[in-house]
Amino acid sequence: MSDDAVLPNGWQLVVGLEVHVELATKTKMFSASANRFGDEPNTNIDPVTLGLPGALPVLNKHAVELAMRIGLALNCKVQPCTFHRKNYFYPDLPKAYQITQYDHPLNIDGFLMLPGEVRIGIERAHLEEDTGKSTHFGGSSGRIHGSDYSLIDFNRAGVPLVEIVSRPDIRTSEQARQYVAELRAILLAVGASDAKMEEGSMRCDVNVSVHKPGTPFGTRCEIKNVNSIRAVGRAIDYEARRQVDLIEGGGTVRQETRHWDDASGRTETLRTKEDADDYRYFLEPDLVPLVPEQSWIDQVRAALPVLPAARRNALAELCGIDKDGESAFVVVERGQDDYVRQVVGNGGDPRRSVIYVQQAFAEQGATPKVPAKDLAALTILERDAKVTSTQAKTLLADLIEAGGGDVAAIAAKRGFEALDTGALEAMVDTAIAAEPGAWQKYCDGEEKALGALVGAIMKSSKGKADGKAVTAILQSKRQK
Amino acid sequence: MQKLVEIVAGVTNGSFTASAVVEEHLGRIKARESEIHAFNLVTADQARETAAKIDDDVKAGKKVGALAGVPIALKDNMCTRGVETTCSSKILQGWKPPYDATVVTKLRQAGAVVVGKTNLDEFAMGSSTENSAFGPTKNPLDISRVPGGSSGGSAAAVSAGFAAASLGSDTGGSIRQPAALCGVVGVKPTYGTVSRYGLVAFASSLDQIGPFTSDVRDAATLLEVISGHDPMDSTSIPQSAPSLVSVLEHGVKGMRIGRVTDLPEGCEPDVLARLEAAFDALRKAGATIVDVKLPSLQYCLTAYYLIAPAEASSNLARYDGVRYGNRVEATDLNAMYAATREAGFGEEVKRRIMLGTYALSAGYYDAYYGKALKVRRLISDDFARAYKDVDTILTPTSPSTAFKFGSKTDNPLAMYLCDVFTIPTNLAGHPAMSVPFGVGADSMPVGIQVLATTMGEQAMFKVAAELERAS
Repeated sequence: MSDDAVLPNGWQLVVGLEVHVELATKTKMFSASANRFGDEPNTNIDPVTLGLPGALPVLNKHAVELAMRIGLALNCKVQPCTFHRKNYFYPDLPKAYQITQYDHPLNIDGFLMLPGEVRIGIERAHLEEDTGKSTHFGGSSGRIHGSDYSLIDFNRAGVPLVEIVSRPDIRTSEQARQYVAELRAILLAVGASDAKMEEGSMRCDVNVSVHKPGTPFGTRCEIKNVNSIRAVGRAIDYEARRQVDLIEGGGTVRQETRHWDDASGRTETLRTKEDADDYRYFLEPDLVPLVPEQSWIDQVRAALPVLPAARRNALAELCGIDKDGESAFVVVERGQDDYVRQVVGNGGDPRRSVIYVQQAFAEQGATPKVPAKDLAALTILERDAKVTSTQAKTLLADLIEAGGGDVAAIAAKRGFEALDTGALEAMVDTAIAAEPGAWQKYCDGEEKALGALVGAIMKSSKGKADGKAVTAILQSKRQK
Repeated sequence: MQKLVEIVAGVTNGSFTASAVVEEHLGRIKARESEIHAFNLVTADQARETAAKIDDDVKAGKKVGALAGVPIALKDNMCTRGVETTCSSKILQGWKPPYDATVVTKLRQAGAVVVGKTNLDEFAMGSSTENSAFGPTKNPLDISRVPGGSSGGSAAAVSAGFAAASLGSDTGGSIRQPAALCGVVGVKPTYGTVSRYGLVAFASSLDQIGPFTSDVRDAATLLEVISGHDPMDSTSIPQSAPSLVSVLEHGVKGMRIGRVTDLPEGCEPDVLARLEAAFDALRKAGATIVDVKLPSLQYCLTAYYLIAPAEASSNLARYDGVRYGNRVEATDLNAMYAATREAGFGEEVKRRIMLGTYALSAGYYDAYYGKALKVRRLISDDFARAYKDVDTILTPTSPSTAFKFGSKTDNPLAMYLCDVFTIPTNLAGHPAMSVPFGVGADSMPVGIQVLATTMGEQAMFKVAAELERAS
């Protein structure tokens, strides 16, 4: 299905994403309390975190460095910047203002490439602090309105965040999913965040509008509570259809913030533009401008690792696979591309090496226990048809369980001696002689009959015959 | 009454004990505090304990600090661990901070003895201490008159001999004006000289802590102790503060003193007469008087009353009844916010929160807050030009001597005009201090304000010391 076919009558989707990521610092943005998820509520707190009278913020240099890494990885310009106060009342916002960046953010004007050379502009990636976490009890909605009481955990308050704002360059829900996945891969690669959407350390707000190409963009709605990459796609598809249906039904789209309900698969109004807070932004007088020295920027840039896209390209080239395919993405995301390179370096079959790692090493991390040379030996056994692909899978499981080993010896112990071509041909001839009816049907073009022949050969070989090889011999005999 | 430096000398060399000094001050508090109301809280027991410990240290031959045995009063907007800190507001009544302000830590380390927390205009908003939720402070020199404000309690405490020194905070004149009205020395240092960590914020870009003392030498001594870089305050100047005591005897020979030719009108003639006398005294001591123009001075009051309330509206938003301080229960969250803030804040605080909220609002920001920031740059430029020609500038501290209770409470604008000479300094981030220099027609003290440029405290103290010698 072509992506543009999602919307009827020539409507074009326009999407921009605002992604918040919690930075992987030891301490908070402006205080020495620990930045750690999952601790006992209200234990990682201090006068600054709680906004006690008289407490003052002191900027965490490591947070700035991680934010710079993100900016540089997204091809942004890193510039002198300032902090502002965003004022609003809410119980989990201890100072009643959030310290954020406004007209002079740290990182501006970058981009991120998606498969197919699609370039998504990055408007800005700025630093700010997280709020506490409210939990509302009683009532049906899980929101503060109508609840009996609410509890607040301030452990999250003051955790450093970077908000990455894309330009409205995304045109399909698939691109949006790719964008989030690629962004996440970059964040993990540069070590800026653990980027766990399910724990809230990476959160997406999605701006959706529709228009006809050649006309100005439509009115956009911001969708909140989109907590997985899958939800990003679903929420966009739903919202785009809602807007198109609304317009085609003679209505107009109101600018508003909408809430994504993952269970019902719908968005609903959270607040309209008229209800929006006036945040009364002004320069944060408790902080001074942040002016990163060029030498610092250069140092951070030089220390950046090779980014996922480049690593996928290298892996694809090495192994002869699709650079935008699942294998390359998964293996690089797990950081196992170096390992694949070692396997190939030990003489392993490139394609089999990357596929084995993708399929069997999900739990192994960046440095699998199986020595690269052992995995290489296995790919060669299979490539040279010394074992069947089924047998190879068993041997791979053996290697993983034992943390490596002499594959040839394990194969011999299991009795995995692949039959040579001569022996196989003899067995095929025997089977044809034993099942003349099936052979005739197969020769007449009845493909189903192949199963009976192969089955007979597998049985007589006690499973040592390679099904693929047997099929190939049968096919070539039929053509004669 | 003993000077701070005499107390330190006596306690350190053992001629008398810190305990005796503290008892003497507590005795004066007992005798007059009920009529003056300088304090929200007198910490007599803790003061006696601290003094006893210092005496033990002296007896044991241990080294004691630069303020050993000095009874000090703290404005009640500085956080003291475990000791109620109210900002003279009902909304914070009963709140005990879990930490000490950096200045408090420095004072304790230097061996100072905190005798209590002093009264102020609620959240430091006012010029008479009449805006305190706990009742006004009286001027110890004439209890029918105000002590000035907002640090009225701290000024009165020194003036009445309740403490050898005190700390106040100055956002638009809140140290200098009460110092002038109570006849003591008050210093607003360069912004960033004294850490603001633990000072409950009124207007963060203007607030600065400084000393009240009975003379210039004491002020220099105390300021040296509380100054210096603090990594907990990002706006703290990252270098050590200049030595001040060492320059007090330098005199003013060859110094150039600025006389502002376009001073705002409305100053009482007897106060202006003392200003002229001050110029004469400095001229006699070898200084040159140079005319300077500060054309933006006339806009400063207006700009200040946009910038300070704007920051205050944000700084005071945290008093929402959720985490600390007092809460008025209500049916839902917004009603609780409203009821808590309605009951917790006084009229002047509410007025400034509304003013500041309005000034920052979408559609009004450029016309009000934005324009005020431009004035702030203009006055800084004016000062920069002036300080090419002069070392310090002299003005009155306050347009009048201490006024009677109630005389300005019905007219906020008249009260705001009390700060007309002090506000420009805060907008520029410069230092300024008030030195008593004779009395007005009503026999109440007149303060002369000495202004200097950023980090110009040495020049400022030289001139202040000369004025003190001449008065």
